[in-house]
Amino acid sequence: MSFFAKTLDRLKGALKKTADVLNTDVRTLFVPGRQIDEAFLNEIEEKFIRADMGVKNAEMIVGAIRDRWRLGRIRNAVEAREVVKEMMLRDWPVEEREIRFASSGPTVIMVAGVNGAGKTTSIAKLANLLKNRSGKSVLLAAGDTFRAAAVEQLTIWSQRLGIEIVKHKQGADPAAVAFDACEAAKARGIDVVIVDTAGRLHTQAHLMRELQKIRDVIAKRIEGAPHEVLLVLDATTGQNGVRQAKSFTDAVQVTGLMLAKLDGTAKGGVVMTIKDELSIPVKFIGIGETPDDIESFDPKRFVDALFQDDSPK
Amino acid sequence: MFDVLTDKFTSVFRSLSGKGKISEENIRDAMREVRTALLEADVNLKVVNDFCEHVIQKAIGQEVIKSLQPAQLMVKIVNDELVNLMGPVDTTIYTVSPGPTVIMMCGLQGSGKTTTCGKLALFLRKKGHQPMLAAVDLQRPAAVEQLRTLGQQTQTPVYADDSRVASHGQVAPGAAVAVARAAVQEAKRQGRDILILDTAGRLAIDHELMQELKDVHDAVQPHQIFLVLDAMTGQDAVNSAKAFNEKLELDGLVLTKFDSDTRGGALLSAKMVTGKPVKFLGVGEKLENLEEFRPEGVASRILGMGDIVGLVEEAHKQFDMEQQAKLAEKMEKGEFTLDDFIGQMTQIRKLGPMGKILGMIPGMSELAKNVNMNGEGVESHMGRMQAIYNSMTRVERKKPDLIDAPRRRRIARGAGVDPNDVSQFLKQFEMSRNMMRAVGGMNMLSRMKLMRGLMSGNLGAIAQPGANLLKTKRSGWQEKKDRNRKGKKR
Repeated sequence: MSFFAKTLDRLKGALKKTADVLNTDVRTLFVPGRQIDEAFLNEIEEKFIRADMGVKNAEMIVGAIRDRWRLGRIRNAVEAREVVKEMMLRDWPVEEREIRFASSGPTVIMVAGVNGAGKTTSIAKLANLLKNRSGKSVLLAAGDTFRAAAVEQLTIWSQRLGIEIVKHKQGADPAAVAFDACEAAKARGIDVVIVDTAGRLHTQAHLMRELQKIRDVIAKRIEGAPHEVLLVLDATTGQNGVRQAKSFTDAVQVTGLMLAKLDGTAKGGVVMTIKDELSIPVKFIGIGETPDDIESFDPKRFVDALFQDDSPK
Repeated sequence: MFDVLTDKFTSVFRSLSGKGKISEENIRDAMREVRTALLEADVNLKVVNDFCEHVIQKAIGQEVIKSLQPAQLMVKIVNDELVNLMGPVDTTIYTVSPGPTVIMMCGLQGSGKTTTCGKLALFLRKKGHQPMLAAVDLQRPAAVEQLRTLGQQTQTPVYADDSRVASHGQVAPGAAVAVARAAVQEAKRQGRDILILDTAGRLAIDHELMQELKDVHDAVQPHQIFLVLDAMTGQDAVNSAKAFNEKLELDGLVLTKFDSDTRGGALLSAKMVTGKPVKFLGVGEKLENLEEFRPEGVASRILGMGDIVGLVEEAHKQFDMEQQAKLAEKMEKGEFTLDDFIGQMTQIRKLGPMGKILGMIPGMSELAKNVNMNGEGVESHMGRMQAIYNSMTRVERKKPDLIDAPRRRRIARGAGVDPNDVSQFLKQFEMSRNMMRAVGGMNMLSRMKLMRGLMSGNLGAIAQPGANLLKTKRSGWQEKKDRNRKGKKR
């Protein structure tokens, strides 16, 4: 609740680095008074492709502008901008972008993603947010038992954040870690369990089955769990992000995306395609390196921030 | 060979037939397909536009217009140009004497630097070098630990200084430089000939961290600097490659996670913007999964056309040819046992996930769709067959006829499947064996017919006929030729 009631300014501030890039990139297009012509349309298409929104999406948005322009309904760049806004906001799934908490007992959040997407850091951020902004008690489950030192990495975060952690040795069965974490959460009356999993490429069938097993174990221990399955997506990912989202959804029914590393020059436009094809909402965005650098995602504000008229500070 | 693109070109050029002339405009039209294919593969927009323009000029110069088979020629030009762009291939790691040769690995967070350091250490060790790893990433929690573990796994000494590690995310100024310097001294002292520096991951636009990297560079003057880049990166690949190259002047690129289903346009983008050779591809989670770069397969992959060269090479690497010869002999005699059946299946599975194999065969992904059997389905099916086989006694494997209802139930329990699955597995084997016997005395035409029947019915047949994969494929080609001929008659 607390983090959902954020002002537009806050989001803009948080998105600053990215917004600077986005603004200078997209906004210079919409100079008041600029008339629509083919060169303008080409420019828009290029900007969208460069933001990883995909050829199809870019063509769709540009097509809509072109249609209206030819019909004489719009003439200048400012009007075109409104069309872009409308198109980008259309069809965003209406599901709430907050965490779905269990009505009683512990809420289990399972976090998955490909190697190096930023899962562990995102978990630290999420745990911090739930603990410090929402006042929940949080337990981490060090389910990445595969990668060297992954358990240590999460342990270090748990110490920094003052959060409990359930862990086994490297090479242990991740499902067993999830099992123990669920049991511990029930016994200790913990509000939220966040289950880390090893990074895996979505093309590795056996690893996707392992993920299913972890999910099944969680579902058996706590009714209605996992309440959230978050897929962490690297904002620099290109069109392959769609395939990642699809494979992970097929395996463990992803309920939301966490867009990590949005603090670089990448724009994460692939979430537009994922939204179109799979209706998976983006729930959080990672916008920096400290545990505080996490924000809930709101497409309207996101697009608003994209097209704010004031120049980047 | 490049079915999809050829078809698209053909349709563009076909609409012109009768008019007799193919203009530059028509070539431009056809290139739109290439443009979309490249953009969908995440090749950078500017690179795509330059490339398309280049191909168009080339195509006009080569007079596609007069060519009898304009579509094929266009595909060839596109492919050749792509391969060209990705070259010249240079996967050599240059060493200096006296050592140690210092190799600095850099890249964005999560690109796979540390893992690649481990893989590179193993690769170099196999080439007879004595590498040493140095943990210069003091930023990420437990990065030092990870490198130590990799050092153990690859039997490579690791230099690390725990006192320098950032305890709360803030690295002391100069700490990374100090560690790098000390690592060089240590490598000298131990007489290692190559030192691999694992640096902290960073964002291209983070000036502070980029400066730290530059400082390390200036302090130890690495002989080789490699950028590690995630192959799934989108349009942003250009930005980071450019930023790193400007700051450090790279010597080579390593593309990781190439075992995913990414089309890998990032490779082309990074190569084009830096002009530096791609040295290695990371192709799996295991430490030996580091491949020297070879552009041919990547070109067709980026265009979405499969990698037949890669498949054949892989097949040669993995298939035990001697065993294949023995098996062929057995088949002729009609002695095809369950052991052979599973043996064949295991050989095919060694090639990798079925989805990956299908992806490598041009046009195969379409076929998979037609027969309503995706790679994953085949994969789990084969897994179940293996489990059933494993749950059988040696006697049962020799004489499957022994298996009655109680035995079937026992096997099913052991394999975690339904007793029906066991029956089905035995039936499938029985069919394969009968077929093998029949094939033994067949001529080529009949074999082809048989293959066709199997292909239209069940793609899993690839795993069943006991024939080796290459044979299966040849039959597939034959079948196609056959179809074309019929088409012409009509």
